[in-house]
Amino acid sequence: MTSGGQAILEIKDLSVNYGVIAAVKQMNLHIQPGEIVALIGTNGSGKTSALRSISGLNKSIQGQIRFEGQEITKLEPHQIVERGISQVPEGRGVFPDLSVLENLKLGAYVRKDKPGVAADIQSMFELFPRLEERRKQLAGTMSGGEQQMLAIARALMARPKLLLLDEPSMGLAPLIVKEIFAAIRKVNEEGVSVLLVEQNATMALAAAHRGYVMETGSIVVEGEAAELRNNDVVKSVYLGIG
Amino acid sequence: MLIVLPLVLQQVNDYWMHIVIMIGIFSILSMSLNVIIGYAGQFALGHAAFYGIGAYSAALLMIHFQVSFWIALPAAAVIAGFFGFLLGTPVIRLRGDYLGIVTLGFGEIVRLIFVNWVDVTRGPMGLPGIPAPTVFGYTFSGKMEFYYLILALALLTFFVIHRIVHSGVGLSLLTIREDETLAQSVGIRPNKYKLLAFTVGGFFAGIAGAFWASYISFVSPDAFRYLDSVNILAMVILGGSASLPGSVLGAVILVLAPELLRYMSDYRMMLLGLAIVLMMIFKPTGFWGEKHRKYNFYGMVRKGEGK
Repeated sequence: MTSGGQAILEIKDLSVNYGVIAAVKQMNLHIQPGEIVALIGTNGSGKTSALRSISGLNKSIQGQIRFEGQEITKLEPHQIVERGISQVPEGRGVFPDLSVLENLKLGAYVRKDKPGVAADIQSMFELFPRLEERRKQLAGTMSGGEQQMLAIARALMARPKLLLLDEPSMGLAPLIVKEIFAAIRKVNEEGVSVLLVEQNATMALAAAHRGYVMETGSIVVEGEAAELRNNDVVKSVYLGIG
Repeated sequence: MLIVLPLVLQQVNDYWMHIVIMIGIFSILSMSLNVIIGYAGQFALGHAAFYGIGAYSAALLMIHFQVSFWIALPAAAVIAGFFGFLLGTPVIRLRGDYLGIVTLGFGEIVRLIFVNWVDVTRGPMGLPGIPAPTVFGYTFSGKMEFYYLILALALLTFFVIHRIVHSGVGLSLLTIREDETLAQSVGIRPNKYKLLAFTVGGFFAGIAGAFWASYISFVSPDAFRYLDSVNILAMVILGGSASLPGSVLGAVILVLAPELLRYMSDYRMMLLGLAIVLMMIFKPTGFWGEKHRKYNFYGMVRKGEGK
């Protein structure tokens, strides 16, 4: 599905090259406001490179990335955060030697409204009650699931319009993954658009509205999440059915 | 205690006064290097260069332009801070070992300039006759005056750096040490804070240098060798990185130890080396390391957030 007003994020002909290796080739992707979009693909298919291009961490990129209609391709990472795109990097997106509270405060680094920040910390504790119990604990001493929760909460502290998640389910127990995906849906219902990069296609397509399948740097299939779940290629390669 | 200390030491002899003053100088140096290494996590190896730049700037200003010590001191600090900024600009792109190599090179270049720019620095002959500070016509003559001066400067350094590292700026510095990429995705500009760390580090090393010049009344390139950079680095590591009391403790230990072990002549350096190796094995966070800082930080965070 396309159209339906202006996209919050639009990627046109994005290419990422590391030397002679093309990690992303002529990629096109768009996210409508309020959508959860899943980007699935195997290891090394270029998902993370694409994500790092959006958040400005990749410098040598070609193509165009537009956020709310404005070009952000050449902006610095901090400018992109200020515009309203927050990223949870792959692995553990937390500062291990800082406490939970310090991590959350840093998430609000680009914001100027002090009272709002304190209120948001409280709402993060409502979203992930476990973080409140551990507010003074060093992030690095928490379990993987708790760290992932903190990473998401930290990203939300910037009050993003678009949240980029890089493999939130990586290395976590199925029960925790469920909990995290429930939180992602909840955040989305509050109006935050989400780009979800995942290898866990089952979970991602269950949570997302639409999805893209990436293979060796190119988008090979795209469509509604329900459609993709029944797509033969996706079924056999990513869902392990048939 | 620190205020009465000289009265006691003076009864013994000037030698001990000198040692205590040296501890003061090296406390400032190790605290300033701690900003760069301990808090910002940038492994810089040429700290003696900023110390030297501060000393030579103050010496030249006071000898050739008859500037009073009280103006030469901040001027030297600003000049050294500016060089910290200058060095920082290219090297903040480097990480780890490469940063170490470049800053090491910078330290050597600065020393070689002191040695070879004979027209200005008189090379290895050094610059003699640097005037002592004066207050309302009274000229500092004894060690006692210098002791109180360095005590005041060290306390000032401690206070200012303490305020910096326990503020939001300090927290941002720590994020860069922890994970630069993650810091970027939070919206922090690592380069801005690294530059700040180099500038602050240079600035306070410059203060130590200016004091040294006026205290000894003579500067020569010998005081600012690679070995001195390493010595300051050892103080930071031994005392505990990212800990200001640790830096002071490191300075106390590493200034005192070679003096106390002087009777062992050459063996003392071996013993010192052994002590550092043992330290690395049994207490890698230093004598007064990170743990202390974290408790401080919890307190601060709790205060900011409210319960």
